[in-house]
Amino acid sequence: MLSLDQIKLRIEQAVPGARVELVPNGALADQASLWLDAAHAVECARFLRETPDLSFDYASNVTGVDWPDTTVKTKVKKVVEGQETDVEESVVKPGFLEAVYHLYSMTRKHGPLVIRLRTANRTDSVRLPSFTPVWRGAEFQEREIFDLFGIVFDGHPDLRRLLMWDGFQDHPMRKDYVEPDDYEYEPTPHDEVLEKAQSRAAKEANA
Amino acid sequence: MSLTSTGAANPFGALSANGTESVQRFSRSPKPDPGDLGGELLEVSMGPHHPSTHGVFRMDVVLDGETVVKLKPVFGYLHRNHEKIAENTSYLGSMPYTDRLDYLCSMTNNWAYALSVEKLAGLQVPERAQYIRVITAELTRLLNHTCLIGFLLQDMGALGTPMMYAFREREKILDLFESLSGARMMCNYMRFGGCRCELPKHWLEQARQVVEDFPHFLDEFEALLTGNEILLARSQGVGVLPKDLAINASITGPMLRAAGVGYDIRKVDNYGIYERFEFRVPIGAHGDVFDRYMVRVLEMRESLGILRKALTDIPEGPIMDPKSKLRGFKPKAGEAYGRIEGPKGELGFYLISDGSANPFRYRVRPPSLINLTVLEDMCLGHNVADVVIILGSVDIVLGEVDR
Amino acid sequence: MDEGLRNELSKAGVFTTSLSELYNWGQKNSLWPLQFGLACCAIEMIAASMARFDIARFGAEVFRPSPRQADLMIVAGTVTKKMAPQVVRLYNQMPEPKFVIAMGACAISGGPFKQGYNVLKGIDRYIPVDVHIPGCPPRPEALLHALMTLQKKIEEQSLTGINRPRQMDPNQTGEFPIPTFGAHDLEPPSNPEVWRPIKIDRGS
Ligand code: SF4
Repeated sequence: MLSLDQIKLRIEQAVPGARVELVPNGALADQASLWLDAAHAVECARFLRETPDLSFDYASNVTGVDWPDTTVKTKVKKVVEGQETDVEESVVKPGFLEAVYHLYSMTRKHGPLVIRLRTANRTDSVRLPSFTPVWRGAEFQEREIFDLFGIVFDGHPDLRRLLMWDGFQDHPMRKDYVEPDDYEYEPTPHDEVLEKAQSRAAKEANA
Repeated sequence: MSLTSTGAANPFGALSANGTESVQRFSRSPKPDPGDLGGELLEVSMGPHHPSTHGVFRMDVVLDGETVVKLKPVFGYLHRNHEKIAENTSYLGSMPYTDRLDYLCSMTNNWAYALSVEKLAGLQVPERAQYIRVITAELTRLLNHTCLIGFLLQDMGALGTPMMYAFREREKILDLFESLSGARMMCNYMRFGGCRCELPKHWLEQARQVVEDFPHFLDEFEALLTGNEILLARSQGVGVLPKDLAINASITGPMLRAAGVGYDIRKVDNYGIYERFEFRVPIGAHGDVFDRYMVRVLEMRESLGILRKALTDIPEGPIMDPKSKLRGFKPKAGEAYGRIEGPKGELGFYLISDGSANPFRYRVRPPSLINLTVLEDMCLGHNVADVVIILGSVDIVLGEVDR
Repeated sequence: MDEGLRNELSKAGVFTTSLSELYNWGQKNSLWPLQFGLACCAIEMIAASMARFDIARFGAEVFRPSPRQADLMIVAGTVTKKMAPQVVRLYNQMPEPKFVIAMGACAISGGPFKQGYNVLKGIDRYIPVDVHIPGCPPRPEALLHALMTLQKKIEEQSLTGINRPRQMDPNQTGEFPIPTFGAHDLEPPSNPEVWRPIKIDRGS
């Protein structure tokens, strides 16, 4: 298999205007990934599948990742009332949703090539192009991402919830999902479960 | 004429593209076109409680008379939130849950997960543990394929008998697993960087005995089934999956190989120590239900070869990587995707670590779910009764489909 | 009739019984389970019906695919929220007298998947359960034991009086409300007629 840098170059040559970025991987160097911009993603995917010496004809694993908003605290020197002091400023880095595709080649028996697509944020612009027209193997997995993460895939032939029922409103795999508080607690709870148990007991006492 | 896979001079002759003559082919006469009878389409919901759906799986089938014109699978009736729970527990805490994914094959599930974490954390598995893994994984393959064939035949109407035979064999393998791990089905046996406990005394002899006896069972089973006219007539030419579609729809495992693509991750990735074993990858020529059946039978025979060699070659030595930690296990930030050739297809685990004790993202690539992508394509134009068989030949386990 | 007299009579070749004993005897020895597998435990249930464990020894090998012909529901496996309405519906479709065995930790309480958002924390939230089998999965022997326990229970039921079984009470239909899918959870999350949250006394 070509190295990621080479693949990146090839894509940029073949698909004019495409932005490709290398995302390093701290644990496994040979599973670093390529980030494609959503506007040209389908064209890039076609290119990856159809170029004979790449021929990534097999989209093995398709999944979503939720990166919640993070707050980065930085110390800034500021002049407050004429004195220079260190003030903590927290900057909220907006989170995003990500779709990750692991591509292999069945004809050339190489892989994986990891490609990622990112949404702009987690709330209102959560649309990404669907790869199902390129690899049908993504069909159910993209539906699953739509169901559990809430990414809307444009161009998907049949985008419905896969696992939860149709009237369900949440996206349970998101990090901030709150599940229904509906199980009784073990007799000897501790940590978070204890807190939950106590808050519920307090609620019951009030009612 | 003998139709069992050992009966033919070359057991792969039956299936390789150049020697299909040894299996008699049944040609189905094309269905007479009744013309437009003016009937209405009938929508039937098969499942989630249906004896042929192998669990809680539902298909919305639209029928024109007896013929399927549309089929939409409905999932989620066994969605147990494995991934969400795994993201809230430690790495090791998810190991028992992997047993419950594909609950017929806990050992291979363990291995796939352990493999991914080992990639993530850079652990090395000692020699002896590698052998144990191969042995247990191949035993699991035998177990899965026999049970599957039992279920498939049950779907064809052979109520009871093939299942009884399959489960009799399964019990022998389960006894081995039980003495090894303490549990029949949910073994929870592998650890990151090795295996949980040493083989009990005499285990290897017992395993050798099981492996020695298995071919007799397989011959008997095949004598009962492979040449059976009903099986041939009902499975040949049914549910044909073209090669291109199989690749494009990410089909893996015996289904892919029955469609004529020689892609076996044991050969492609050489994970574990599979490069030390010589085995062949059976490939189908027609991609129909019969080929899927036959590929599995032949795969079992190959697995027996691997098992025999592994059971004699297994060295003494440690079974855990000394670097691996059970407590306070925190791999460094990064991500890894590890995959193995499970009995049902490519079973992969995708893990993202943020350096803490819990995985930030934990994802199972379920072969059964993805193999169902082409269910509709395979069923269109067939009768309802064939849908049952086609579904049976896909080999799904709902614990893995829905997770 | 007292035991002594009955013994005497049976020595003389006269067999006596009461109607309720005959009724219970017939019922307990021909339980027809619903062929109803949900998850991993179902495999052990199948194993129990195969040659090695052979549930036929207890007269319960006739697994019926249709609820209309079954009188024992073995809830073998995890009941998810998506599946729960169907389970209750199937239970309602079974004719009286009907019994329920909750097999495995999941069917009892959610088991290992208790924290799951889509997992029902025990089928006894919606339908009454006669026998619970702990285990994950319970061994086939445990299922046989549960069956024997159920048989004992049937044997001891009296057909009259306040503790008479449900089918003897004309005011009870044996049907339970089926939950519906809500926006976040099942509605209602449990049936208060059959299930109350357990009160755990924590001292303070
Ligand atoms: S109790 Fe255990 S074996 Fe049974 S369904 Fe639940 S997880 Fe599976």
